[in-house]
Amino acid sequence: MDLFEYQARDIFAKHGVPVLPGAVATTAEDAKKIAEGIDGMTVVKAQVKVGGRGKAGGVKLANTADEAFTHAQNILGMDIKGHTVHKVMVAQASDIAEEYYFSFLLDRSNRTFLAMASKEGGVEIEQVAEETPELLAKVPVNPIDGVDVAKAREILEQGRFPADIIDQAAEVVVKLWDVFIKEDATLVEVNPLVKDPSGKIIALDGKVTLDENAGFRHADHEELEDKSAVDPLEQAAKEKDLNYVKLDGEVGIIGNGAGLVMSTLDVVAYAGEEFPGQPKPANFLDIGGGASAQVMANGLEIILGDPSVKSVFVNVFGGITACDEVANGIVQALALMHERGEEVTKPLVVRLDGNNVEKGRAILNEANHPLVEQVDTMDGAARRAAELAGAK
Amino acid sequence: MSIFLNEKSRVIVQGMTGSEGTKHTARMLASGTNIVGGVNPRKAGETVDFDGQAIPVFGSVADAMRETGADVTVVFVPPKFAKSAVIEAIDAGIGLAVVITEGIPVHDSVEFWAHAQGKQTRIIGPNCPGLITPGESNAGIIPADITKAGPIGLVSKSGTLTYQMMYELRDLGFSSCVGIGGDPVIGTTHIDALQAFEADPDTKAIVMIGEIGGDAEERAAAFIADNVTKPVVAYVAGFTAPEGKTMGHAGAIISGSAGTAQAKKEALEAVGVKVGKTPSETARLMREIIEKA
Repeated sequence: MDLFEYQARDIFAKHGVPVLPGAVATTAEDAKKIAEGIDGMTVVKAQVKVGGRGKAGGVKLANTADEAFTHAQNILGMDIKGHTVHKVMVAQASDIAEEYYFSFLLDRSNRTFLAMASKEGGVEIEQVAEETPELLAKVPVNPIDGVDVAKAREILEQGRFPADIIDQAAEVVVKLWDVFIKEDATLVEVNPLVKDPSGKIIALDGKVTLDENAGFRHADHEELEDKSAVDPLEQAAKEKDLNYVKLDGEVGIIGNGAGLVMSTLDVVAYAGEEFPGQPKPANFLDIGGGASAQVMANGLEIILGDPSVKSVFVNVFGGITACDEVANGIVQALALMHERGEEVTKPLVVRLDGNNVEKGRAILNEANHPLVEQVDTMDGAARRAAELAGAK
Repeated sequence: MSIFLNEKSRVIVQGMTGSEGTKHTARMLASGTNIVGGVNPRKAGETVDFDGQAIPVFGSVADAMRETGADVTVVFVPPKFAKSAVIEAIDAGIGLAVVITEGIPVHDSVEFWAHAQGKQTRIIGPNCPGLITPGESNAGIIPADITKAGPIGLVSKSGTLTYQMMYELRDLGFSSCVGIGGDPVIGTTHIDALQAFEADPDTKAIVMIGEIGGDAEERAAAFIADNVTKPVVAYVAGFTAPEGKTMGHAGAIISGSAGTAQAKKEALEAVGVKVGKTPSETARLMREIIEKA
């Protein structure tokens, strides 16, 4: 889960990382009130989870609280690279003497943690990495040893941080390590980390990504989730513990296992190229291993509730999942929706293989639902589902 | 022959008395796996009956190894306790730890991986279906009745795609099938499995299944170029996956230009690996290789 800047700032503050006073607002009035409570100039910053907001006009300096009001009014509702601004952060403006870069992240390839540091901050770090890689230090961090002041100094020295601020910056780095470890983050990035004219080190802007698998030890992480950005179908699926991602096509997809479902999306997209309108997958939905009839029925309900879906492809290879459970889930979901008076009009193409496949196919044959069609192979079924979506 | 697991493997199950552990221990036993014990500190000394077979429960991995000579552990322990279970297995010096558990925080995986360095335990997983050497032993949750022993080695990030591929090539059979898991940080990689299959005299050709996210497939391609002489056929899932959306597996996400299926396919093809567009096409490419040989 990626956090907004203001959420990252709050987490930094919680762990003692120096940040400037500020708060988040959803209205220009609130932005003004926050600015009134801050000494001196303020900066009004769009809260979006995408880079380049400064260039897009989403970051403005304000001399007075009234100016903060005007800026907030202009920035709220703005579109930045497809992200609508719903919140602004109003923070004390800082004079900047120097800008640096610092981050801790998960290094997948080497299966360890990595610190990155550079005296060249405030710009896109990808650009530094590409144009002047010698200025970006990448230092592996052993998860068992962690980061103490000595290790922090080592990282900063490799990043060529100026000698006069290394002691102070090292203390900040140790606190950032606390954020990384204690919050189960996979990314903690400060860009820029600045030195103000008085020589004080401050985390001026931050990016934090949290590991959702670690939610069980962080009850407070749940409220950091941005509900406004979540698709209503994705929200409904989440409430039923289904692994669902909304996409922009017309063929609803249900399968078991992340890899098989991903593969199903591809096979349907290829098949769709042959048909009018080039139908594409409408979603990713993994019912997981060993799914019961109930789970299958929940999944089918979500997909049939998506107005852009024109046909549905159920693709199950029963390993642990039993095909008869899947078949029963399909029959139950259709019956349930019929009882509720929601008439299902979208055709379902079903491909079952593996565990209890004969039973599963027999259940569907017996139910003989006019909208349900069985096809033996994954390729054939994908083609048929695409054809049905293209024909409508 | 096979890789990592064979008929001599003596398998214990950590978390055997939990619901998933019990269900899959029964399935592993039914497929002929030599299960010699379970581990649960609160139930040490008890036995669990599996269809007439009494399996003893030990208080620790070390106890189980001492009493039974176990050399493989399959871990079904829930995410909260998985890190300490794996570290316990590493400290006991077991040869192979197969971590089935889904949803382990990545900090925990990084930590047990660091802990395993310089020790003798191979880790497979986490969040994986385990591995099977058809006709010999089955450590994990891969269905044993899909296929039989044969000349193909299979390594895959995905569980159900493993089953699908085993099914497509069921008449030819497999030496071993290894599900390495879809988490961002895993123990055994594509490269480790490729290396073992290359060294296994009974493996004639290798199928490798990857998916979006990370650079494991690109690294595997570089490894194949220098180290693998046997034919390799690959499949990569997620060509049409959008950027920035996690596709089920915590590791399956395209971020920026990194981790796309297209980049992986190109890297593999550049070293002479045939890459199928779909699972069925991949199976056909493998079939051609085996039937030509």
